[in-house]
Formats: sequence, C-alpha cells, structure tokens
Amino acid sequence: MVDTVVDKSSARKRDTKLVEVMKRMLKEQPVGTIGAFITLIMILIAIFANFISPYGVNQMTDSILAPPSLKFLMGTDNLGRDILSRVIYGARVSVVVGLLATLIGVIISTIIGVLSGYISGTFDLIVQRFVDAFMCLPNLVILMILVSLVGPGLWQIIVILGVTFGISGSRMIRGVVLSMKESMYVQAGIATGDSTATIFIRHIMPNILAPIIIIFSMTVPAAILVEAALSFLGFGIPPPTPTWGGMLSGDARTYMFQAPWMAFWPGFALSVLVYAVNMFGDALRDILDPRLRGGVGRYGLKVKKKKAV
Amino acid sequence: MSSYIIRRLLLMIPTVFFVTLMVFTTIRLVPGSVIDIMVANYGTFGTVTETDKQAIEHALGMDVPIVVQYGRWINRIAHGDLGTALWKQTPVIESIEARWSVTFELGLLALIIAQLISIPIGIYSALRQNTWGDYLARSFSILCIAVPSFWMATLVIVYPSIWWGYMPSLTLIRFGINPLGNLKMFIIPAIILGMSMSGGTARLTRTMMLEVMRQDYIRTAWQKGLRERTVVIRHALKNALIPIITIIGYQVPVLIGGTVIIESIFSLPGMGLLTINAINTRDYITLEAVLLLYAIALVFINLVTDLTYGFVDPRIHYN
Repeated sequence: MVDTVVDKSSARKRDTKLVEVMKRMLKEQPVGTIGAFITLIMILIAIFANFISPYGVNQMTDSILAPPSLKFLMGTDNLGRDILSRVIYGARVSVVVGLLATLIGVIISTIIGVLSGYISGTFDLIVQRFVDAFMCLPNLVILMILVSLVGPGLWQIIVILGVTFGISGSRMIRGVVLSMKESMYVQAGIATGDSTATIFIRHIMPNILAPIIIIFSMTVPAAILVEAALSFLGFGIPPPTPTWGGMLSGDARTYMFQAPWMAFWPGFALSVLVYAVNMFGDALRDILDPRLRGGVGRYGLKVKKKKAV
Repeated sequence: MSSYIIRRLLLMIPTVFFVTLMVFTTIRLVPGSVIDIMVANYGTFGTVTETDKQAIEHALGMDVPIVVQYGRWINRIAHGDLGTALWKQTPVIESIEARWSVTFELGLLALIIAQLISIPIGIYSALRQNTWGDYLARSFSILCIAVPSFWMATLVIVYPSIWWGYMPSLTLIRFGINPLGNLKMFIIPAIILGMSMSGGTARLTRTMMLEVMRQDYIRTAWQKGLRERTVVIRHALKNALIPIITIIGYQVPVLIGGTVIIESIFSLPGMGLLTINAINTRDYITLEAVLLLYAIALVFINLVTDLTYGFVDPRIHYN
C-alpha cells in the first residue's frame, strides 16, 4: 500500500518535471527551442526519407556531375546520382548512429560508473586504471583500429562508438556516485539498514539522472561527428550506403574541383544537424544544471544599470 | 607534494601496462594479417609456396604464440627498442623521428589558436549573459563544434582554388629552412583544427566565469570600487582558469585524432599519415610503437596538468 503511494507520487512528480522542463525551454531558451525544432525536422526527414527524396538512393540518371538546377536541387555526382536524395537518406545513418551509439554508451557509462563508484576499493582502482589506459589512447585512432578489427558496417560502428563513448563517459557518473555515497541521506540510509537495492533506487538513481541526460545530450552530436569522420577516412560505413561523411570522401575528393557541390551539401547537412542538437543540448543543460540557473548574478544587475545610464 | 608526484608516477605503471596490453591484443586481433597481405603482394611476381609463407612469418617473429610475442615486445621496449617496421624494414624510430615534428607543430599551433579564440569568447559571453552578444558568441562556439574539420578543410581547399586559383603547397617546407613558408603552410590547417577544438573550452570558460562572478569575493571587489577590467581579469579569470586547464589536458587525445584527419587532407607528412598507413598495411610494429608513445606522452601531460593546478590555485593541496 505504502509502496504504491510512493510510486504514484514519484511518477506524477517526474511527469510535471518533464512538462516544466519543456515550458522553461520554450520560455527561457529561444535558441534551444529552435535547435530542438531543427533536430525534430531532421529526425522526420530520416524517418520519411523514401517519401521525401525525389530520386532513389543509388538511382543513376543520365546527368553526370550536373550542377545544382531545378531538376537536381543539389546537383548530381560522378555516377549521375541525385545529391539531394542521397543527403536525405544520409540523415538516416546519422540519426540512427547518433541515437543508438549514445544509448549504448550511456548504458555502459552508467554500469561502469555506478559499480566503480559504489563498490570502490580494489575493484575501483583496477577499473579506473583500465579507464585511464583507455583515455590515454587517441580516440579516433583506436576507433579506426577497432573498425578494421570487426569490419566496416552500420551496426559495427554503432557498437564500437557506444563502447568507446561509454568507457570515457563513465568517469562523470563515477564522480557523481562517489559524492553521493558521502552524502548524509545515503549515510542515513545505510545506518537505518536499507538494502543496497533500495539505496540505489531511492537515492542514487534519481541523482544520476541529470548527469545521464547531460552526457546523452553531449554524446549524440559527438557520435554523429565521429561516425562522419570515420566514414570520411574510409573506416566507417562502406559505399554505396549514403553517409554524410562518406559522401565527402572518395569520389567527392576526386571530383571536388569540377563539381564543388559534391563536397558542399553533405557537410552542410551534417553541420546543421550537429549545430541543432548542440543548441538543444546546451539549453537542456542550462535548465537541468542548477548551478547555472537564473541569470540573476550580481553582475547581471550591474550590466543592466550600466545600460540604463 | 613530492609524495604526491611519486604516487602518481607509481600509478602510471599499471596504466601504461594496461595500455600495452590493450594496444597489443587489439592490434594483433585485426583480421587479414600482414603475412597474407605480403603474400598477396608478392604473389603478383610469382607463386608463393607454403614454406615461403612460413619463412616470412619466422623472419617477422610471428610464428610463436601471441603471449611470447607480447613478452618479446615488452622486453624490446624495456631496452628502448621500438622495433623494425614490417614493410620498410627500417627501425620505427627513424620514421617517427622524421615525422613527429610536423604533428607537434600542427598540434601546438592548433592548441594555442583554440585558446586564443575560446577564452575571450567565453569571458565575453559570461559577462553579457543572456544578451544578444552572449547568444552570438555562444552560437559561434557551437558552430565551431558543429562544423566538422574535414568539411571545413575541404571547403578551404576547393573554393579558393576555384575562385582565385590558389592551391596550398603539397610539399613540406621545414621550419629550419624557410620559417615563414613553413608557418604559412601550417597556419590554415592549424586554424581549422584550433577552431574545431575551441567550442568546448569557450563553453567551459563561460560556465566557470558565471560561477565565479557570483562569488562573495567578486562582490567585495566591486564594492572596493575596482575597475571592471581588474575585477574580471585579476579576480574572476584567475579562479575560472583552473578547470579550463584540465580540459586543455583532456583535449590532447582529441587533438591527436584531429591531426590524423587534417594531415590526411592537407597531405602533411606527420604521425597521423604514418598511423593511417600502418593501419591500412597492418604494420603492427609501427602502430604499436606510435600508440605506446602517444599513451606515454598523454600520461605525462595529465600529470603536468594536475600539477599546474597547484601553481594556479594555492588552495589545492596534494595529498
């Protein structure tokens, strides 16, 4: 009976919190709202790619290296494929990689971070040396080696990105868990004989939710960019699958002086998506991070006074 | 202080050990061993028998179990020998000696440019929080994160060449021979790399400045009637800089990844191109050497970063 009451109240609380975050986003963060809007449009483009794109992904037309025109809004490539259609389909890869790799990453970060922070002792020491070692290796190079290990492909990239982002993200979660463990309410919980599971669910989980969302919002754009960089270097998703990074490498580099539109539009789409996600993530972070709340710092008052004079 | 350094140095040993283990096993697990590629290459000149294959394997020291290979590798490294490149059959250290300065110069310039862009932007953004100037500055720093360096580099190569017929130099100009030509060659790649790294620091600078500007000692400084510049630079920036130093330390691995991309676009013959070639030709020995050197360098950079805190912030005690 008591349990159900607690569940209900916490569920209602979370619901209102979500609504509250959305309201504050609309009211206080106009730029973040625009970012969220563009991100949403990009996701819709990715979902409905086959309805929107004017041509097929790998459909070859007679116009080879045609400059942008009404018929081909972004021009065509060296095989006569419509670049607009390929850019539209490319959104799929970026959105899927961004979301799934981040999801895997966040799950791994949470598992490693919580275990390492909560168990501590020798286990923590060993795990942290492993994480240290991992963070001492240049990320991109390790990813390139891992790709040649498992072979290029969409799912391989998602898993590899998820694991690498997961390991480096675990530090932040561990830090939060460590400080949480020292807090009065966890100590009180331990003193009153709460089980480990109870402490996790009641005290630790609600507190690492905000850092998890922050890590999520930072990792999505990073994962999208790294996938594009890997595909650009030829260690990502192999052609003919249209990926924004891949469309900028290979043939695009051969023909870029003849057909600069081949080297322009995929990168433009990539920049717009990453920009939008970052804007949204930044705004979300401003709302969730209580240290940055408001903007009623003393300095803010002073600036306003100055302006009035 | 000295006991702290000693402890940190001791902690480096397991870290570097894990690095060697991770590097070695991951690289050796990569399918399509160098032997197969070599046999495939020689096969075009004539047939390769099984005994030839075994002879190559033996000559390269790959006919023994992987544990023994690891032991030999560690033993070699302990004696200061990084090994012989599998294809060129020259000591790896020679290729690294010929190339490290390119990557070092590119990376250092990029790091300096990144701070020159990001710290002023971050400060401005914090001082004018929630004004149009702040929005503009933040948008610019997010733009730096969002625009991928490989796209910016491509555009910088393509459009000037179409519009003005300008082409960047493709042969390396050494600093010792022609310092000005060398800087001219490195400055554009370094700006691109620096911009891509400036976004994170600019954000952090803004956050830290906002936090510091709300402290009591800043209010005291204002009440003493100090000038804005004194309050911002002497009182606020000094305190806000501490976490910024950490992030510079953590940026180095990202920077190394960036040099790989930039070097391959501008064909700068540095460590990045060496790394890509080593991965593509499955040159285990070179790859292991490069990664090990990077890891050791990063471990030291992290230690130096942590020690710098003490100089910037006397409140921090090492224990």
